[in-house]
Amino acid sequence: MEMFIMGLTIFVLAIFVGFEIITKIPPTLHTPLMSGSNAISGITVVGAVLSSGAQHTMVTTTLGVLAVIFATINCVGGFMVTNRMLAMFKKKS
Amino acid sequence: MSSLINIGYLVASVLFILGLKGLTHPRTAVRGNLLGATGMLLAVVLTLTNQQIISYEMIILGLIIGGAIGAALAIKIEMTSMPELVAVFNGFGGIASVLVAGAALLENTLNGEIPMMQLTIAIAASGLIGAVTFCGSLVAFGKLKGLIGDGAVLFSGQQVINAFLAAAALALSCWVVIDPANGMAYWLLVGVASVLGVLLVIPVGGADMPVVVALLNSYSGLAAAATGFVLSNNVLIITGSLVGASGIILTQIMCKAMNRSLTNVLFGVLAPVGGGPSADEVYGGKVKSTSAEEVAMLLETARRVSIIPGYGMAVSQAQHPVANLAAILESRGTTVEYGVHPVAGRMPGHMNVLLAEADVPYEALRDMDETNQDIDQVDVALVIGANDVVNPIARTDPNSAIAGMPIIDVDKAKTVVIIKRSLSPGFAGIPNPLFALDNSLMLFGDGKKAVLDMIAALKDS
Repeated sequence: MEMFIMGLTIFVLAIFVGFEIITKIPPTLHTPLMSGSNAISGITVVGAVLSSGAQHTMVTTTLGVLAVIFATINCVGGFMVTNRMLAMFKKKS
Repeated sequence: MSSLINIGYLVASVLFILGLKGLTHPRTAVRGNLLGATGMLLAVVLTLTNQQIISYEMIILGLIIGGAIGAALAIKIEMTSMPELVAVFNGFGGIASVLVAGAALLENTLNGEIPMMQLTIAIAASGLIGAVTFCGSLVAFGKLKGLIGDGAVLFSGQQVINAFLAAAALALSCWVVIDPANGMAYWLLVGVASVLGVLLVIPVGGADMPVVVALLNSYSGLAAAATGFVLSNNVLIITGSLVGASGIILTQIMCKAMNRSLTNVLFGVLAPVGGGPSADEVYGGKVKSTSAEEVAMLLETARRVSIIPGYGMAVSQAQHPVANLAAILESRGTTVEYGVHPVAGRMPGHMNVLLAEADVPYEALRDMDETNQDIDQVDVALVIGANDVVNPIARTDPNSAIAGMPIIDVDKAKTVVIIKRSLSPGFAGIPNPLFALDNSLMLFGDGKKAVLDMIAALKDS
């Protein structure tokens, strides 16, 4: 239960941090914000790596590997497309 | 070792926060995104050192396949298709949570152990939110892509069915918590949540899609946070809540900009159409039509021009000619700026990306409030493919369907030129008195062709 309360504390505090930062982002950059925050929500890859590497059973490994694939698409694709968009916003000289 | 890994996760979380903070300005945004990616790399590398891992082949395989697909999608995607891509990525985040939670449930019940209740609650939450996100995102993708009907799909009893499914999902969640050793309960929950995800997005009309994409963005964050509780992993909890907060803020902004409440969007309740004056009463003989050559002459003498783009501009692929027109005017000493309404594109900030792609400098992009501040000093406001977001009735008629919706007050500019195919109404289904104002000129035709004609006329003179 201790762990759970700790987690809940972190969860609530992080939401406040999120609100503070994200309200400061200008509307012009909202699409890169969405794709970028989308990319970091692919952090689930961490859990997926553990499931697929621990090799408890065939089923857990399969679920893990599928999760690794989906989460990695999310991360890699998200960061790359955000980078592509932001590069277009650079000041033109 | 494990505390070292946890400190590393803390560093990764800090990098994510700094990364998001970087997005507050285009100058620091690229670096911010790189900081986020570095945090992700750090988190993955640290996880690979975990002693639970006994085999790396499958992990590496998964990382390579996923990385290749992700990279290919990111490089190939057209900027007009960004909303679809983000919808799909949201969905993939959701399904990853479902799979990880499913695997965790199996691992924790393998030896007949009974897992702690907080773990099973987190697993049920992860499966539920993840599956709703996944299927909801797929439907959103299909709608944005035009694979399934763009309009709102409404049928009688829809809300009763949704309520029933939500109750069933809650009941199944309880079952997972009470009897975690029974694997079937979890997958049944995932199945019911998937159907719920489909039914929640199906009633949303095409024009409301920005709200849904933002909301699903938030869900994908919450799913990651729930998975964090499953694994007792703080970096997932922190990241998930950041993304959850971001999605909720964007959802609120979009709802406000469209003058719709979130419940109205989610349950497919359309603003009442009709009432108010008819198109004939509003337009009757008062609409003045103009030609590209006349507009070119107007632009030549203007000192300050404001371009108000709508999604119609993107549909006719006019953003490059528009940027070209702006460059020509600037070279003649005219100040050109863009007034971008929050829902001008199909997701938050979409129009800005499309304009940036056409090499419009960031400094020329102004948001709605900035534009409205000094619109009365603008000589020519050029409205391209926008309708409801410039309808002054939102300000003047409290009984109108869009009463109170924030709009760009182009009617206050000295001259307004509206490029549009016809006088047909926009999404709100009401006539736009702007078109009949004394200072308004209509240029009927395709946006791209009209702008190209103007450029030709400017070059001739």
